Amino acid sequence: MAGIPHDHYEPTSAKEKWLHQRLPIVGLMYDTLMIPTPKNLNWMWIWGIVLTFTLVLQIATGIVLVMHYVPHVDMAFASVEHIMRNVNGGHMIRYVHMNGASLFFAAVYAHIFRGLYYGSYKAPREVTWIIGMLIYLLMMGTAFMGYVLPWGQMSFHGTAVITGLFGAIPVIGESIQTWLLGASAVGQPALNRFFSLHYLLPFIIAGLVILHIWAFHTTGNNNPTGVEVRRTSKEEAERDTLPFWPYFVIKDLFALTIILLIFFAIVGFMPNYLGHPDNYIEANPLATPAHIVPEWYFLPFYAILRAFDGDVWLVIIVDFITFGFVDAKFFGVLAMFGAIAVMALAPWLDTSSVRSGRYRPMFKWWFAILVVDFFVLMWAGAMPAEGIYPTIALIGSSYWFAYFLIILPLLGIIEKPTKPPATIEDDFKAMYKKDRSASGTPAVSPAE
Amino acid sequence: MVSSLCGHQTWFARKIREEMSLVSHADDHESTRRDFIYYAAAGGGAVLTTVAVWPLVNQMNPSADVLALASIRVDVSGIAPGTQLTQLWQGKPVFIRRRTSAEIEEARATDVSTLPDQVARNANTGEDVIATDENRSIGEDGEWLVMMGVCTHFGCVPLGDAGNFGGWFCPCHGSHYDISGRIRQGPAPENMHVPVAKFVDETTILIGEEEEEA
Repeated sequence: MAGIPHDHYEPTSAKEKWLHQRLPIVGLMYDTLMIPTPKNLNWMWIWGIVLTFTLVLQIATGIVLVMHYVPHVDMAFASVEHIMRNVNGGHMIRYVHMNGASLFFAAVYAHIFRGLYYGSYKAPREVTWIIGMLIYLLMMGTAFMGYVLPWGQMSFHGTAVITGLFGAIPVIGESIQTWLLGASAVGQPALNRFFSLHYLLPFIIAGLVILHIWAFHTTGNNNPTGVEVRRTSKEEAERDTLPFWPYFVIKDLFALTIILLIFFAIVGFMPNYLGHPDNYIEANPLATPAHIVPEWYFLPFYAILRAFDGDVWLVIIVDFITFGFVDAKFFGVLAMFGAIAVMALAPWLDTSSVRSGRYRPMFKWWFAILVVDFFVLMWAGAMPAEGIYPTIALIGSSYWFAYFLIILPLLGIIEKPTKPPATIEDDFKAMYKKDRSASGTPAVSPAE
Repeated sequence: MVSSLCGHQTWFARKIREEMSLVSHADDHESTRRDFIYYAAAGGGAVLTTVAVWPLVNQMNPSADVLALASIRVDVSGIAPGTQLTQLWQGKPVFIRRRTSAEIEEARATDVSTLPDQVARNANTGEDVIATDENRSIGEDGEWLVMMGVCTHFGCVPLGDAGNFGGWFCPCHGSHYDISGRIRQGPAPENMHVPVAKFVDETTILIGEEEEEA
């Protein structure tokens, strides 16, 4: 594709030529599959395939579940139980779909943090990053609406809380909330439309995934060194890369196998481990479960939402200077969406001239703290909003914002990066040499 | 008619010939007709898009049956002092609490100026009423408190007889309400709202507005 020089598809037979002149689809597939890929990619570059697989898995199991599900407040809960008890293999399909959401988010977080460490978001891959963030937002919307469908206690009261986020917007908030719910409270209109959108959004995600792949196929993959593939000649490019098929496809599929082994162990032996027992109680508008928590993948952002209450000085100041327009409740909502917004802006906030975190001695530590911070927030979000936990959530939230808004811009100025290798080939050879000397086996020339 | 049509054809034909042969089209007055179709098409497109999109947006607003105002009558004869009834009204819970004299005393002793939200939030009294317990409860004695069981933070249902102020506690994000349903601690910005409600006889409370009194 554009950028890295490589061989293109040439139709040979008469039939191929006939099709190619009318629809060059084989050429498109060939170029996509044979894209030159940096040969030093490590195991953190498997998540794209895992995510693509999971999207297909979720769509396939979802379509099957819809054949048995009834989106009605009186029947939704029963129809899910019907799937669990009566439909042939229904319990398995539902458990795969349910835990598939967790696999999806586990993989997307690994994928995002990979990008954050190796600087994959930096020029020229900003568009890939932004599309990725849009996919992530749609994933959250889709997962949230899917969680509503079984119409359990968590479904119902979770919906009340999440649509309440929009109600916190000053002036127009209440109309937006009513518009989203189709009523003043969660009920049949909300369930029906969430079902419709839960079916629609994955296909929009699929479309964005194509754009995401197109974008990074245009710029070429990033790699652990952050050094670009040489493009001056085909020979040089070939010394830095290997074709995606078969080298990386097989590697990725191997990784996928391992991950699916763990995934199906969870589906088979502990399918409800990541869920909440309260959601096996049918929705009751009169009683909120004693402890409302979202699914684990929302917890870090839920912690940020709750962290900013009316006692935080920043909230008090903002409340004062906006004449109460931005109160504690709206501030929390802004903080939650802001936490994702600052991440999306990383390409413009990171001022360092070096792309990969591997050659940034100070950045490494700040990044490690960010990863820890993410898990601390996840833990704080699962705890009740009392005692020490809101304080921990507040510290964690502050670090999240500080990382993107202060640390990333400053590090580029004060940090002295080490020198990345000149080429990907050098990095690959150094890695290969290290391997060989470590194992002590005689040199075998790689079959290149 | 025929001649104007022919005129069009010749104009288009000439235009196309010009374009094809890259003849200069310096004569400006003819481009005004082209401008016209640009603007007409863009304007028509904008109008049609709006016309098409608005119904698609508006269909998500509450439908007629949902909007139909409903009022309910609740028999409160079975509620003992110090307990409460939760009644579903318009898809939301309503708390009806019969308070003990100790609870009423506690609620009325609170200094309004110490409250985070000093507005009564009572649909029966109007907007600019301060949040004394007298302005939130029903009747002079204040035995009955009727309010929406909806936390003003994110709409969870608070738990009764709980929290640091002897009233309600919202389990979602830790808002504490006192025995008058006023926010005292936590993230909720407002006191719990009091809906339109009144006694229609000794033991029946009417919640909501009744269009025609029978």
